[in-house]
Amino acid sequence: MDDKQARNGIVLTEAQKKSRRQRSIAIALALGVLVVLFFAVTIVKGPAVLVRPI
Amino acid sequence: MSIVEHHIDLATPRISEAEVADFIALLKPRVMSLVIFTALVGLVIAPVHVHPVLAFTSILCIAVGAGASGALNMWYESDIDALMSRTANRPIPRGRIAPQEALTFGMTLAFFSVMTLGILVNWIAGSLLAFTIFFYVVIYTMALKRWTAQNIVIGGAAGALPPVVAWAAATGSLSVEPFLLFLIIFFWTPPHFWALALFRSDDYARAGVPMLPVVAGPDATRLQILLYTIVLVVVAVAPWPLGYFDAVYGVTSLALGCGMLAFAINVYRRREGRKALRATRSLFAFSILYLFMLFATLLIEVVARAVAPSIW
Repeated sequence: MDDKQARNGIVLTEAQKKSRRQRSIAIALALGVLVVLFFAVTIVKGPAVLVRPI
Repeated sequence: MSIVEHHIDLATPRISEAEVADFIALLKPRVMSLVIFTALVGLVIAPVHVHPVLAFTSILCIAVGAGASGALNMWYESDIDALMSRTANRPIPRGRIAPQEALTFGMTLAFFSVMTLGILVNWIAGSLLAFTIFFYVVIYTMALKRWTAQNIVIGGAAGALPPVVAWAAATGSLSVEPFLLFLIIFFWTPPHFWALALFRSDDYARAGVPMLPVVAGPDATRLQILLYTIVLVVVAVAPWPLGYFDAVYGVTSLALGCGMLAFAINVYRRREGRKALRATRSLFAFSILYLFMLFATLLIEVVARAVAPSIW
């Protein structure tokens, strides 16, 4: 480890930054889909959404 | 000896360069597409009206659950994947994703798919999906695959469950019809995978996986393929005379079954050289078409009945 790297901590390469950004966007989209899904099913089922017989 | 040169040093911390495409590859998209299709058929043949949002939610959860199983399978099998030419390009042996990342990814998807299906649809379907993932990962991948030549026979149950899960999602209960679909996929699995194993037996032998051609030899495998194909054809036609599916399905199943049987007989008879190789490849390819056409017939029947009930 050289002096510059020691001062700055771990420095991401461009490839690492790019792939991290891609993964972050994918996670955000997946969470968005989950939220929309729960919202849509709540609207479709109405109060019955709380009735969940085993 | 590994046939790939990329290895991840787990002892030192690393920053992932895995891209979204690598994680998608972990989901085994081709297997997932078959799961989605068979689950869709299980859903639409159910004798109830399912709201499109709930139908979409069910299929999405089943698809994600199947993807989770694929990711966990690749996590556990990364050592033998590196030894086989068919699997050496998967993200873990290629060094794109660390095994720990695949494990976390798979467990997260498994948790969310089961919980979402259980909470939003019903817990019978959620429990069945959890059992399917457990069966594929623990029973098939961890226990059976490296232990017995019957691995894909018993493990085939996991691949046969998606239409049952979908039926349970639609109706909230179980019945004979999804069990019939289960049996068709269950008995389809051995001829399909043993055909693959016949022309990939060197791969499996190198990795130490006791597939039937490696353990019992190609001739015994050819006989087993033929026997299972006979059972498959009978099981696939049976719902017609039993009154569960109608004549269009019955005749299609009979015609496709004759084709499947012809390919299996060809595999049994041709044992040497390029003709033998071509016969096994042909059976493998036709088996995919066979299952697709069989389930597509059921799907088309339901759609035709909905579009033109008086004609049908």
